[in-house]
Amino acid sequence: MASSVLSAASHSVSPSCSLSTTHKGKPMIRDNTLGFHRGPNSFSSSRSRGRISMAVAVNVSRFEGIPMAPPDPILGVSEAFKVDNSDVKLNLGVGAYRTEELQPYVLNVVKKAENLMLERGDNKEYLPIEGSAAFNKATAELLLGADNPAIKQQRVATVQGLSGTGSLRLGAALIERYFPGAKVLISAPTWGNHKNIFNDASVPWSEYRYYDPKTVGLDFEGMIEDIKSAPEGSFILLHGCAHNPTGIDPTPEQWEKIADVIQEKNHIPFFDVAYQGFASGSLDEDAASVRLFVARGMEVLVAQSYSKNLGLYAERIGAINVVSSSPESAARVKSQLKRIARPMYSNPPVHGARIVADVVGNPVLFNEWKAEMEMMAGRIKNVRQQLYDSITSKDKSGKDWSFILKQIGMFSFTGLNTNQSDNMTNKWHVYMTKDGRISLAGLSLAKCEYLADAIIDSYHNVS
Amino acid sequence: MAIRNSLTGQFLRRSSVAGARLMSSSSSWFRSIEPAPKDPILGVTEAFLADQSPNKVNVGVGAYRDDHGKPVVLECVREAERRVAGSQFMEYLPMGGSIKMIEESLKLAFGDNSEFIKDKRIAAVQALSGTGACRLFAAFQQRFHPNTQIYIPVPTWANHHNIWRDAGVPMKTFRYYHPESRGLDFSGLMDDIKNAPDGSFFLLHACAHNPTGVDPSEEQWREISSQIKAKGHFPFFDMAYQGFASGDPERDAKAIKIFLEDGHLIGLAQSYAKNMGLYGQRAGSLSVLCEDEKQAVAVKSQLQLIARPMYSNPPLHGALIVSTVLGDPDLKKLWLKEVKVMADRIIGMRTTLRENLEKKGSTLPWQHITNQIGMFCYSGLTPEQVDRMTNEFHIYMTRNGRISMAGLNTGNVGYVADAIHEVTKSF
Repeated sequence: MASSVLSAASHSVSPSCSLSTTHKGKPMIRDNTLGFHRGPNSFSSSRSRGRISMAVAVNVSRFEGIPMAPPDPILGVSEAFKVDNSDVKLNLGVGAYRTEELQPYVLNVVKKAENLMLERGDNKEYLPIEGSAAFNKATAELLLGADNPAIKQQRVATVQGLSGTGSLRLGAALIERYFPGAKVLISAPTWGNHKNIFNDASVPWSEYRYYDPKTVGLDFEGMIEDIKSAPEGSFILLHGCAHNPTGIDPTPEQWEKIADVIQEKNHIPFFDVAYQGFASGSLDEDAASVRLFVARGMEVLVAQSYSKNLGLYAERIGAINVVSSSPESAARVKSQLKRIARPMYSNPPVHGARIVADVVGNPVLFNEWKAEMEMMAGRIKNVRQQLYDSITSKDKSGKDWSFILKQIGMFSFTGLNTNQSDNMTNKWHVYMTKDGRISLAGLSLAKCEYLADAIIDSYHNVS
Repeated sequence: MAIRNSLTGQFLRRSSVAGARLMSSSSSWFRSIEPAPKDPILGVTEAFLADQSPNKVNVGVGAYRDDHGKPVVLECVREAERRVAGSQFMEYLPMGGSIKMIEESLKLAFGDNSEFIKDKRIAAVQALSGTGACRLFAAFQQRFHPNTQIYIPVPTWANHHNIWRDAGVPMKTFRYYHPESRGLDFSGLMDDIKNAPDGSFFLLHACAHNPTGVDPSEEQWREISSQIKAKGHFPFFDMAYQGFASGDPERDAKAIKIFLEDGHLIGLAQSYAKNMGLYGQRAGSLSVLCEDEKQAVAVKSQLQLIARPMYSNPPLHGALIVSTVLGDPDLKKLWLKEVKVMADRIIGMRTTLRENLEKKGSTLPWQHITNQIGMFCYSGLTPEQVDRMTNEFHIYMTRNGRISMAGLNTGNVGYVADAIHEVTKSF
């Protein structure tokens, strides 16, 4: 299944990139001996042809000192899955939605939107640096609600980004440029690429407690304590919903308390919203945390992605929103975001932005889209329920597996440790990351019983 | 142009926001953020759009237009889109991008029979058009050769400065355009290459230099290549106009061929914005030629490690179009025909503009209009003359005198020639 390799490339844990302590600046891979290799022809091939150089050749390549980058652990999972010959193998490392037949899925509304574009014969002109105006409008309204005062007062700066990752990177670069030295707090654990993004943007970060391995739930007290202890004016990276990789989200009451502490400490929230509508099936429910903060008058940054909820994965469509306290500062922020984007890629890709604008901006397609999101979210909920039912009917130990039902979104943290995860792979041909995360998108109802057997065996029989 | 030191920039930025974190909770987090400077080219287009004159002409535009002044979607692109519609899942591409598109891009740049391709000695990734490719390379240079400088021609595409600056690479300049002759300052260029510290990085436009339109001749390229090799410099080519410049993709890649024959290992940014009209689809690629396959694998892995925290993986749609067009013999033939039509129309406009100026009795030398190559013409008009072009004739261009030949057509070229003559004639 070649597509599973492709699909595993993003939104996944990269343990080899994890850093557990405060990290400042960019990790530099330097080979200090490289300087001594410099000299004439250091960029030349030993196979040179044609005219003879007047200088004495020193055939040492300028790239000789470059080491192999560490392999991507998620891709490794999918590659190992591919070469496994077992009939019962399962790929639970996949980072993209799958149907009950475990096939990739293109939403019907997306196909309709693409056909509309073909019929219109749209041109291919450059978008503005900030992206498509129709897309930006639809996107801010989707996130905040069209009637949100922040939108009506033009206090939202929205810039189309390269999906969630590109949007996070724009936000990180803004922090580096205008809040130098400000620290970003990220949850432990979090999506592996978050650390790469802030590292490469030269933004220092540290972690706040989030996941509680004892309860396989939220360490709410630890989280509050760490946010309270952070230096005043820190940025707090929050997953808007469907936390990746744990699937654990705060309750509405907990979100209120988190907002209290952030306001009290004058921190600024930076939301990563990659699953709006896809998590619960409801766009409004999944945006509730962001809207709560904005309703309190707080200034927030929000990175959005349409990879999961519209299935636009490879079209790279997302946005960075900055909700400011005045329209004037929102305009200034937008101008600086554009200034950051211009030397990165000039302007964003047009194809997916048109799809989003056509779907979100068209009431008929919009309603069809909501139905499809409910279907996708519903399938994952059904799988969670079935998995839970299978495990609890088989496991007589009395262990509480209810966290499987409490978690939200595509991913589930099983609580399995590294050895237990290895057993899942070696004995049961179930491929997952070593942190115990499984992607429920790679699971069909028919396979839940098999997976339950594997989990019970690994949990009880491997220490 | 002075060296732009990132530390200085950092210090200045820090000073300007020293009080940022002392604000009370009722103050705005973004109060201290100042508006970014206006983009001069966008300003030209905005002023053009606001002008009510029926005679107005926009020669500031950075994209191709047909003889009616309309955007163009190539027929080969339309056909490719029909073929890919509905037949592809929108799954993530690998971090390096579409393998098929990269293969076709390398063949286009280096030739179907390239030894580098056969020996798998090229580290290549799909990029967000030409800009994304340059930015990836600049970040790569900063990470692995942090003590080197990038030498940038005077003048160059304005975004080049931003790209390398934001990547944290110190910049220096080398002489390129010669205002007196409106051609190449070849001796100045060669002196600057000779005087640069050994092992410097040099940014070279492969063809159709932006904004001047001035390119070295084949003989000059050979001497440039030889001098760069003698100094052990690294040549990085920005090739945004292959095929679009002359109508012949092989001819437009001649400089690269010369460097390869000389034994250089080069870096190369490719863009399909102009030659395939894919502007907003953001299709491009970055290649780095390496000693051997092992090195190419290592370099590519590091390029991907740079891309991952920037955007994870590149956009699919434009890559599908490129790989479909270049991968199908009939579509590729159609593409070659269509790209030649675009190039020929621009060449025709150059000729006509010059002829009209000379017919008007202008005594100034205008041969640079036809000597220059590609979409842009460095006319030699002064900022004051440009202002008159705008105020008296409603002709919009940037104040450096750059004229986008794409904005000229048979309907307006005579009018523009008249205007140029009016503002340049002596009394």
